[in-house]
Parts: sequence; C-alpha cells; structure tokens
Amino acid sequence: MSGGEPTARRDIVELMRHAAQVGLYTNLITSGIGVDDAKLDALIEAGCDHIQLSMQGADEGITQRVGGYRGGFEKKQAFARAVVATGVPLTLNAVIHRMNIHQVPEMIEKAVEFGAKRLEIAHTQYYGWALKNRAQLMPAREDVDRTIEEVETARERLKGTLVIDAVFPDYYARYPKTCNGGWGTRTFSVTPAGKVLPCHAAETITHLDFWNVRDHSLAETWYDGPAFTAYRGTSWMQEPCRSCERKHVDFGGCRCQALALTGDAAATDPVCIKSPLHESIGAMATTESAVTEPGAATYRGFRAG
Amino acid sequence: MTEGVNRISDDAVPTLPRGVKFREDKARGRYVLLGPERIFEADAIATEILKRVDGVTTFKAILTQLTEMFTADEATIRPDVESLLVDLSDKQMVTL
Repeated sequence: MSGGEPTARRDIVELMRHAAQVGLYTNLITSGIGVDDAKLDALIEAGCDHIQLSMQGADEGITQRVGGYRGGFEKKQAFARAVVATGVPLTLNAVIHRMNIHQVPEMIEKAVEFGAKRLEIAHTQYYGWALKNRAQLMPAREDVDRTIEEVETARERLKGTLVIDAVFPDYYARYPKTCNGGWGTRTFSVTPAGKVLPCHAAETITHLDFWNVRDHSLAETWYDGPAFTAYRGTSWMQEPCRSCERKHVDFGGCRCQALALTGDAAATDPVCIKSPLHESIGAMATTESAVTEPGAATYRGFRAG
Repeated sequence: MTEGVNRISDDAVPTLPRGVKFREDKARGRYVLLGPERIFEADAIATEILKRVDGVTTFKAILTQLTEMFTADEATIRPDVESLLVDLSDKQMVTL
C-alpha cells in the first residue's frame, strides 16, 4: 500500500483487510505523519504484515528541509517506536541525495536505535519530482563511493540485527536497472483511480493506454492490456538491446528513464554502457553534482509543473 | 563460524518471525518464503526444511525427520540444514 500517503485514504483499513484475506503479503509504505495509534492498530488488526517508514535524514533540520514539515523527525521517531512496540517488522527507507548523503552513518545508527529490522539506503532515482530537481539532488561520485563502503561495513557489523539494502544512483553505473525483473513480468501497481500500471512510474510514458480495474479484470489487463504488452519480452527492442547478451538480464533497463532522457521509450536505457548516450549521462551527473550553488529546489505541489 | 562445530543447538526451535510467511505458490507450483520486500523461492530440499519450521519442532527433531525422509546420515545433512537456517537467520527470515 503505497502512495502518495496511503493512510490518507478513508478506506485504507478495508483495503488492507481484503488484501490480507486473499493471501497477499501486505506492506504499508508511509510517512508516519498523521497516523495515530488507533489507525496503526486498526491496520495491523486488519492484517498488515510489514510497515515501511520514510526517513529524510537523521535529525530534525534535514527532515524538515526535505519534507517541508515542522517536527517531522520527532513524529517519525514516535511512529517508529509505536510500530516496533506492536511487533510488526519495521523498515526505514532513507532516500539519499546530496543534501543528506553525509548522514548515512547516523541514519544507520537511528535505524538500530528505533528497533527497525531493515533499512533501505535508497539513493534517489531520477523520475518525476526528482528529475526536475536533479541538479539539487545529484551527489558527487566520491560521496556515493563512500556510502557504498559505509553500508558494507555496517552490514557486516550489524548482521542479525539490521538488514541493510542499498540502491545506488544509476547515472554512475555501467548497466541499467532491471525494470522490475522485466516489464509486465512480475509486478503491477493499481493507482487510486483504478488504473493498472506495469510499474509505479509507468504513467510518465503518456502514450500508453492503461486499463482500469473498473473496466477489465486484473487477469485480462495483465495478459492483454496494451500497456503490459507494449514492452513485455524482447520483441520491442532496438539495437543495441536486440542483439545484446544481457537482454534477458536487464531487459533494456528502465523504459521510463529511456523516455525521460532520450525521448524514446523503446530506446536503450541511456545509463547502459552500450548506449551512445552513456558517457554524456555520466558527465551530466558529474557536472550537476559539482555545482556549488544549485539554486532552490522545486517542491512537490498539487499542480504538477 | 568454525567448520565441524554445530552452529545450531539441538534444542533450538527455529521459528518464522512475525512478518515472514511460508506459502505455497500454487500458480507456479512452488513454495516461497515471503518477508519484507523479499521473496525466496524454496527448492525441494529447502521446502522440506521450511515446512518443519513451525515454532514448535526442535532443530534435532527436524533433522531426525529429514534423515528419515531422505534416508541419509544426520552427519551428512546437518551442515546443509544449518547453512540454510543460519543464512536465513542472518537475513532475519528465521529466528533460532
């Protein structure tokens, strides 16, 4: 149950109960802001298996600066402790960028202190609002390399106490992300409006036709929905993907990123070393991360810019 | 961990912690261990081990059952069962 903020939905407890009853593994992904104990208890009673709490930093200052909510860190800390007290496993998801990358060790310590079972050190992926703010968010390569070492060391030290999963910015990578194990192969999302998406970012590919749960069953949508068949398998691929030995490994990378950065959703994800744009993507990240005064960030609002 | 030394005591009771579920995935004809943002596909042997991780059966009893089922020596199968359970314990998918 993801969002936006899923607990803002009036029927979230009902949705949770139904998902649990049909045998799904249920995971609530929340900011923890505005979820009181009664709502938390109701969600857990309804069958919530796991809770994931977002974290913007290891202290009040950075949490408020990124989240735009005064007292956010205090609230998140209280929510984390409330979840841990129920016995439901808690994951903290820390989204990392150049404003908080120096706090990775402290965030690891906070995760232990709060009693989380798992921590995601999730470097920002550049879609939507993050893409608009890339120059403000892109960390320097050497800072990314340092966090990789910090995570490795902490992982070994905290074995059995805290599981740490890490995702790094793919602009600095050699090969692209694997597109959810293949487009339309493993995952789908249902939006609050009922549209069924192959991944949560897929609506950025605006020419796709997303079927709605009100009009088609999930099975029909999965097998025959045009948004699912568009990039499923490998027949849509162009060169260099078409003849690539890795085409069943990473499936050409991310379609949303291909569109955002090349203008063609069927292009090779340009972070791939085989893309003609690979070097310019790395150079762009290096240049943007080196700007000392990147200007003001554009915050998320209700009217998409 | 030292080779040749028992890594799990006989009277330990392997348990699936809250938030971890062992389920039959009928559509794909397999068993899976589900946890927070994780899915482990269990092979035939892992399936037989995990079916016995019920929070009641001791490690020794699990070994005895598996020894009978696979008609193998306990000394032969013990390291494999320990490796699987210790690995899952490090990942917080099993408590020992």
